[in-house]
Amino acid sequence: MSLQSTMGDYQTKQTLETFGFLPPLSQQEIYDQIAYIIAQGWTPAIEHVHPSKTMDDYWTMWKLPFFGEQELGNVAAELEACHRSYPDHHVRLTGYDNYTQSQGSAFVVFQGRG
Amino acid sequence: MSKKYDAGVKEYRDMYWTPDYVPLDTDLLACFKVTGQPGVPREEVAAAVAAESSTGTWSTVWSELLTDLEYYKGRAYRIEDVPGDNESFYAFVAYPIDLFEEGSVVNVLTSLVGNVFGFKALKHLRLEDIRFPIAYIKTCGGPPSGIQVERDKLNKYGRPLLGATIKPKLGLSAKNYGRAVYECLRGGLDLTKDDENVNSQPFMRWRDRFEFVGEAIQKAQQETGERKGHYLNVTASTPEEMYKRAEFAKEVGSPIIMHDFLTGGFTANTGLANWCRENGMLLHIHRAMHAVIDRHPKHGIHFRVLAKCLRLSGGDHLHTGTVVGKLEGDRASTLGFVDQLRESFVPEDRSRGVFFDQDWGSMPGVLAVASGGIHVWHMPALVTIFGDDSCLQFGGGTQGHPWGNAAGAAANRVAVEASVKARNEGREIEKEARDILSEAAQHSPELAIAMETWKEIKFEFETVDKLDA
Repeated sequence: MSLQSTMGDYQTKQTLETFGFLPPLSQQEIYDQIAYIIAQGWTPAIEHVHPSKTMDDYWTMWKLPFFGEQELGNVAAELEACHRSYPDHHVRLTGYDNYTQSQGSAFVVFQGRG
Repeated sequence: MSKKYDAGVKEYRDMYWTPDYVPLDTDLLACFKVTGQPGVPREEVAAAVAAESSTGTWSTVWSELLTDLEYYKGRAYRIEDVPGDNESFYAFVAYPIDLFEEGSVVNVLTSLVGNVFGFKALKHLRLEDIRFPIAYIKTCGGPPSGIQVERDKLNKYGRPLLGATIKPKLGLSAKNYGRAVYECLRGGLDLTKDDENVNSQPFMRWRDRFEFVGEAIQKAQQETGERKGHYLNVTASTPEEMYKRAEFAKEVGSPIIMHDFLTGGFTANTGLANWCRENGMLLHIHRAMHAVIDRHPKHGIHFRVLAKCLRLSGGDHLHTGTVVGKLEGDRASTLGFVDQLRESFVPEDRSRGVFFDQDWGSMPGVLAVASGGIHVWHMPALVTIFGDDSCLQFGGGTQGHPWGNAAGAAANRVAVEASVKARNEGREIEKEARDILSEAAQHSPELAIAMETWKEIKFEFETVDKLDA
């Protein structure tokens, strides 16, 4: 077999930063990441955007960040609610770290088809 | 009553060995590893180091009496054994803050590692650590952006950044070079890098490179929905030329430029850092020549000192070695100076080669760059060692992939994301490295091929410069 015939062709994708190269996360895997955010003492938050505006610094916030939230299920339910309200939008979960004044975590949970 | 002038040569220790001295919070403290000539008492050698790196000279001079040398002199205040070494000892010296111009690591180094290193009474001398007082730190500009601002500008959260140095390091045309950049960035790397010796040679002039790389960045950003950058190396023969190149890098839309801080020098580096701060550009710092200065265990300057000086002079990224790759670097010692780059307070910890508490106050942190001979198999260890506030930087480990740069980049990215995800799930990723990577490779043929390609490569040599134990 020639080298060319075994060589793969990498196709560029809209990968949208962290975890964009992994298969879509399962419900359990999303729970694990929410648990990690909460265990770090960070505040989970949700934001969404139309796929044509992906590169904007500011996506639209879904409600306020969930200050003091300890229940994984509540955060997961809000993710679902945001996705239902904006099915065409990308929906991203972030973890606000008030010590570093940064985000300790941020990844797209639902990709909109736009 | 004023002192009388008494010409002649005195023993250094009469004036510069002060074992009862309690250092002030504003003093700059230094720890030297001293190897004296045989037969000279330790106190005399330590005092000589303090004298020659501050106010002293070999003979008394009358004009000393016109000032208050008790206020200005450096003092050797402590001597310690070096564990496992009978020949050398540690000398601790305190310098009053007024010996140094504000905001000038250049001035600090000119004193501390100046003439004293050629002093005949010494066989070897090594500057192991400096404690900069917070009062002095507040006079320095520091990193133009720092870790937090860089993350916000580049939209990178919750994981190490990924980079690659474009290879071959010399000889590509500007257009072909831009192609290599584009392929890496579209494949999933965040940043690519000019190698240190890429400046503006006949085969690829800087302006051509900047233009093609600029297009590569923009195109990769549009196609991936991710922020991208390339460290455009502006290191040049004069500061004027560097500023010219930096301006053009900004014009072509790169978020970051690059400088070699030791070959370029601290003065050039501080000026460029100031330019970056004024122009909203990130500054990547390479460290060519460092091993000339820091590798000998008894002579020179330890890299932790150079790293501290760089943080003060200004830089958003600094190479630290990888611990696991092809270049020298002891794990505990490396973590010791990685802390100095990123933390706001680092406590004394001899097990990491940290000789002093160091308070950095509000000075922004520098991203640690791990570069040199690394590939996908190293990823879980790198994530564990360096954590999220790092840039893991590949060369052959991206571009040596059998399917090319984009596939190599994708393999790197899948590996780092799988490692981070597993870490967040509470798994011990160094121990479970094989399982984690193998699971991830089931969804990524690019990673599977990369793992097959580099499965046998290891770099296991003894470290030359070990911590004293």
